Amino acid sequence: MPQEFVGPSIDWFALSPLLVLLGGGLFLLVAGALTPRWPRGWYALASASTAGTAAVLSVFQWSIIDRDGPGTLVAGALAFDHFAQFMTILLCSAVVLVSLLCDDDVRGTDREGPEVFALLLMAALGGVVMASANDLIVMFLGLEILSLALYVLVASDRRRSESQEGGMKYFVLGGFASAFFLYGIALLYGGTGSTNISDIVAGFQAGVSTGREDALILAGVALLLVGLGFKIAAVPFHVWVPDVYQGAPTPITAFMASVGKASAFAALLRVLVVALPFHRDDWRPVIWVLALLSLTLAPMMAIVQTNVKRMLAYGSISHAGFMLVAFEAAGHRAGEADPGTGMQSVVVYLAVYSALTIGTMAVISLVSRAQGGDTRLTILAGLATRHPVLALSLTLLLIAQAGVPLTSGFVAKFGAIQAAVTEGSYVIAIVAMAAAVIAAFVYLRIMVTVWMSTAPGADRQMLAYVSLGAPADDADGDAADGDAAAGAAATSTSTATATSTEVDTTGAAIAPEAITLSTAVVIAATVTFTIVVGVAPGWFLDLAANVTNYAR
Amino acid sequence: MADLVWLIPAFPLLGFVLILLFGRRLGDPKAGYLASAMVLGSFVVAVGAYFDLVGRPEGERAEITTLFSWVPVSALQVDMAFLADPLSIGMCLFVTGIAFLIHLFAIGYMHGDPKFSKFFLYLNLFVLSMVVLVLGENLLVTFLGWEGVGTCSYLLISFWHDRESAATAGKKAFVTNRVGDWGFMLAMFLGFSAVGSVSYSALNGAAVAGTLAETTATGIAVLLFVGAVGKSAQLPLYFWLPDAMEGPTPVSALIHAATMVTAGVFLLTRVNPVIAVSADWVPTLIAWVGLATALFAATVALAQNDIKKVLAYSTVSQLGFMFLAIGSGAYVAAIFHMITHAAFKALLFLGSGSVIHGMHDEQDMRKMGRLRAFMPVTAGTFIIGWLAIAGVPPFSGFWSKDEILLFTLAKSPVMYVIALFTAILTAFYMTRQVIMVFFGEATWESHAEEHGAHGEFKPHESSPIMLFPLVVLAALAAVLGIIQLPSLSWMPDVLRYRLEDWLHPLVEFGEANITDTTAYANKGLLAILATACALAGIVLAVLVYQRKKIKAVEPQILADGWYYDRTITSFMGGPGRAAFDATAAFDAKVVDGAVNGTGTLVRAAGGQVRKGQTGFIRGYAAIVGLGVVLMLAWFVLGRGVL
Repeated sequence: MPQEFVGPSIDWFALSPLLVLLGGGLFLLVAGALTPRWPRGWYALASASTAGTAAVLSVFQWSIIDRDGPGTLVAGALAFDHFAQFMTILLCSAVVLVSLLCDDDVRGTDREGPEVFALLLMAALGGVVMASANDLIVMFLGLEILSLALYVLVASDRRRSESQEGGMKYFVLGGFASAFFLYGIALLYGGTGSTNISDIVAGFQAGVSTGREDALILAGVALLLVGLGFKIAAVPFHVWVPDVYQGAPTPITAFMASVGKASAFAALLRVLVVALPFHRDDWRPVIWVLALLSLTLAPMMAIVQTNVKRMLAYGSISHAGFMLVAFEAAGHRAGEADPGTGMQSVVVYLAVYSALTIGTMAVISLVSRAQGGDTRLTILAGLATRHPVLALSLTLLLIAQAGVPLTSGFVAKFGAIQAAVTEGSYVIAIVAMAAAVIAAFVYLRIMVTVWMSTAPGADRQMLAYVSLGAPADDADGDAADGDAAAGAAATSTSTATATSTEVDTTGAAIAPEAITLSTAVVIAATVTFTIVVGVAPGWFLDLAANVTNYAR
Repeated sequence: MADLVWLIPAFPLLGFVLILLFGRRLGDPKAGYLASAMVLGSFVVAVGAYFDLVGRPEGERAEITTLFSWVPVSALQVDMAFLADPLSIGMCLFVTGIAFLIHLFAIGYMHGDPKFSKFFLYLNLFVLSMVVLVLGENLLVTFLGWEGVGTCSYLLISFWHDRESAATAGKKAFVTNRVGDWGFMLAMFLGFSAVGSVSYSALNGAAVAGTLAETTATGIAVLLFVGAVGKSAQLPLYFWLPDAMEGPTPVSALIHAATMVTAGVFLLTRVNPVIAVSADWVPTLIAWVGLATALFAATVALAQNDIKKVLAYSTVSQLGFMFLAIGSGAYVAAIFHMITHAAFKALLFLGSGSVIHGMHDEQDMRKMGRLRAFMPVTAGTFIIGWLAIAGVPPFSGFWSKDEILLFTLAKSPVMYVIALFTAILTAFYMTRQVIMVFFGEATWESHAEEHGAHGEFKPHESSPIMLFPLVVLAALAAVLGIIQLPSLSWMPDVLRYRLEDWLHPLVEFGEANITDTTAYANKGLLAILATACALAGIVLAVLVYQRKKIKAVEPQILADGWYYDRTITSFMGGPGRAAFDATAAFDAKVVDGAVNGTGTLVRAAGGQVRKGQTGFIRGYAAIVGLGVVLMLAWFVLGRGVL
């Protein structure tokens, strides 16, 4: 008798945020292709309102979970819990802000059109799937949806070779990492007999008393960690970040640093804390090492950069280090009834950092666009005299990234270190604090350029001063930039550098940047969030404390 | 009304904010009227609070108004709270009252100054700080006001900061006061560690209950005294006050004569139970420091030729008298003298300001003379102030000084003799000043060219808005003695001890404590002796400066203040400077060196690490691959599975 296929019962409303993102993305693509060019800003408006709708729907889901408790959807494929909704709201909010930024970035160029915005929505869809995956295969699908969209987005500025170079590098290395991830799933399936997280947990609960160490499972965890370590950009899997962050169009850099990083951290949580708490003593030391490496190496590398996007790229790696500190703290209590404050600190950090990085990139994008796409630190010189309010906003966002009290950055860093101290991880707590000092220097250096260097002609001296006496006309950043011996992959960058140098020397007087409404809205929103959470963090911490009630 | 005591600082705060926002628009003179109105508001509230407290039974005359919890740090709980009790309300009454008069005077005095509104901004900020200082319910709130008045003092001394001397004087005052602030802060820390609170009620309560150890009480009292010495310009920290005369004259009158400099006296009175349980040598030390300062400053005042410098040294001297009173246990007399001194010294300073104004910014008394003919109101009021400070009955200064002398004799006859001698000097130098300025020969005509008045130069009387405060203050200087008349047999009971009764539950050291001494028995005689001394000083000065019967002796050493200031300056400029340079060099080389070295190290490390960032995908893949190998090695080998 043939087995009858029974379709799973589907709670369509619970899926509505996902469906809205999917529908919006497809609609933009199809309708955008079939209709003549829309009036200015409409594409961005469509994508922002789609993401906004999804976020609002997610708020409804939140209250439903408040009432009914967490569960799973679509036959256990997706988790339906506070964590998933928190991440959905975070990712969708980021899409709203980045859409506004992209609108300014593509306007008037040949990139104007529905593609970028459709891809943003698709990427967010992938991120939401990763964050709510209750099955490793589903998670892989989400990862690929996100990654494929990002590869294209990074390379979307196709007239700039840096952008293409970044997209190419990201694609090759991303494929490399995805392969490890997929192989990790396969090994884990071999070890546990299932890819479903609920089943895996149930299996462990049944077999935990045997204390059996299964090589397949452990090798699988190792490879899953490689794949996700690549996405969260933890040292030593961070190598792609500087080149890609620098090459991508600036709003896309902001998108990767917020949506990309948040989705990857969400997936990491699902895999390690939710699915594999029984192996927490195996994976926690790895997180410890990744955190340590990220915290120490990234700020060191950031200090020697002269390109502001590259500096912030290394900054994002060091922020990942802080999140890993909190994650390590969560690892001490994975699977216990009292989850501690580790996970809460991670999600707070993610939200805070997303807002900070989007706001900072908004300012960089604005300034860089007025100077022919140049993203070296020197473009910020004299910003304080050209645009005091813009300079002040940037300063606020930067001191928040440095972790100064009364800003959201302090709340985030404090939470991470406090969680580590509570769990007795004193070594990385101390390393994190020392790393924060080194990282602060990087942000202070940007601020010094903004406020203390006025005339564009004085840029070179100023740069020599702020980079601790390094020769100002040193090759930009890492050896990857402007290295005479660099091969095919790197030559394009050096060309771009040379071009932008010419731009700088010929265009002596810099016209004040035109601040557009949409960018101004983004900056205002992120600055407000930074101050509100910094001054009154209580409500936000309470909100984030809900996330640890996972569906299993 | 006592629960509305927060309005007293609120008014000048409002004035400060309004002038900060709209000062330029209001301009001259509207900003001045606004500032004055705000201080008047505070005064009215203070009067209301006074009548409220008077109407209550003696034991209930204290009300604490807590605005908010200021420093809630586990064991350290400090409230932003005001204490309305007889002492603080009494202080508020004379501070706001005299401040109001001085504000009015300043409207005329500062007329035409380009920074007119900024001046009143600072003045209102000063009044705010001063009332916070006196109303504070704990040491920290008082300290807030204490630092506030110090800041305002700095800002106002160097108000004309384009003058080198004014800028230097402001810095000198600020730095010197830091020494005192250091004492205040240590006292606060010690008080907290001893009783776990910085509120006066806890501190004084512990002292009264006997739970405060003598050594602790001694420490707190001495450290607070150090703070008071700095703020109230006593030896050895007096030298900033004469220089502070670089500020506009209303500032000298308000801050450097009537109110701020008396903060030290107020503070010691506030913690008098602590002084009572401290070691016996503490009051003696206070008395001797006060007495030495009084004598020292009086001798220096003998030879000053700057009209404001005489008054400045006189202020230092009179403050010395107040500390002498505190050291002798005469807290009521100290407060009494503080109040009368505030009236007559503000009067004298404003009078000198009126003279300076009328003389077109001339301050050298040798270039004045016979001004009574040109400035009758200024001269008449100044003469009342002179009689009050000289100690001629029935003017106010006589009563307060006499009470201090009485307690001094009860404490030590040696001190009494020195104090009496100082009183003679006081009468002498003040008479000298009055003669040089208002009597004698007009010496200004020969200097007319210097004043920029080409051809016609004539001193002029000041405007009514400047004269009105002079008249009111003159009236106060004349009659303020009635608030604390001594119990001489011929006096009706209702007039006796008004201030002492008012302060009674707070200050237990009235005349009742010395009734068994010979000094008390002969106090009528003492009053006559004091009067005789005052008159002797006046007669002597008249003989020297008016009649020229005796040659004036004004040795250079007195004019130079016993070379005290100069010695300190040369010490600080020489070995002190070398020590500071060495500290700076240590900071630059060792401290900064460590920081810079770390920075260089990090940078060098970054330079090495970045070599791995080649830009080639194959290189990146290799690094990721290495990570994979290490990861697998940890999980598979490190965990001992294979």
